[in-house]
Amino acid sequence: MNERRRLFLKGTLAVGTLSVAAGAGLLSPRAVLAAWPEAAFKGKTVEDALKELLGSAGYETSDAINIKAPDIAENGAVVPVTVSSTLKDVTEIAILSSSNPSPLTSAYELGKGTHPYISTRIKMGKTGDVIAVVKSGGKTFGTKKQVKVTIGGCGG
Amino acid sequence: MAKSTIKIRAKEKGGVVTVKMLISHPMETGTRKDKKTGKLIPAHYITEVDAEANGEKKLTAYWSGGISKNPYLSFKYDGKKGDKLKISWQDNQGQSDSLETTVK
Repeated sequence: MNERRRLFLKGTLAVGTLSVAAGAGLLSPRAVLAAWPEAAFKGKTVEDALKELLGSAGYETSDAINIKAPDIAENGAVVPVTVSSTLKDVTEIAILSSSNPSPLTSAYELGKGTHPYISTRIKMGKTGDVIAVVKSGGKTFGTKKQVKVTIGGCGG
Repeated sequence: MAKSTIKIRAKEKGGVVTVKMLISHPMETGTRKDKKTGKLIPAHYITEVDAEANGEKKLTAYWSGGISKNPYLSFKYDGKKGDKLKISWQDNQGQSDSLETTVK
């Protein structure tokens, strides 16, 4: 524990606070940012994130939701994930990775006539479950799929 | 005009429009360290992507650092050829971009 290391730690802490302020919209001139569900993205567990995002920590496991993701992902920085559902009146879709420091990767609000279908690429820190949660008719449904990650995609 | 950061492909088939897009963006989580200096790279990621067809909201995506670099997003909606599709994004550092296209 030498002096330089202390200084470095102080520096990173300061940067951390700054980015939190930016995330909270304090430093940003855009009022629109307020819609961004910050608390949900900051949630450290799947339960916390879901509670902040949808108001309920749990979900009903449903076969009507399908996650398409590789069984083994060589590169955790790029994991292709496709979520689709046969449920009616889907208004929201959330994609989470259980092993990430912040599990919620993304949330989607669907407009009128938009199909319950989202395809994107997420980062996974290490082997874990990809969880898809869907809000349909005011109820929360979800399912998960395990993905083995060879090289992590969060930091390092 | 500078080259747009957004690439969109939107195609209609049987009354369903499939939209695919790629955005050039670093998507830094803020937890990664610069290998040379050992300092943390500040968080820089897209927080919101909006998609509108003929002025009607179709999709709002809220993103975080958990989405891969140069993000890819695809979605489907009930629509037709000739729909005016507008995609826009904004990030946590106040940058933004948008692009309009016509559904083929």
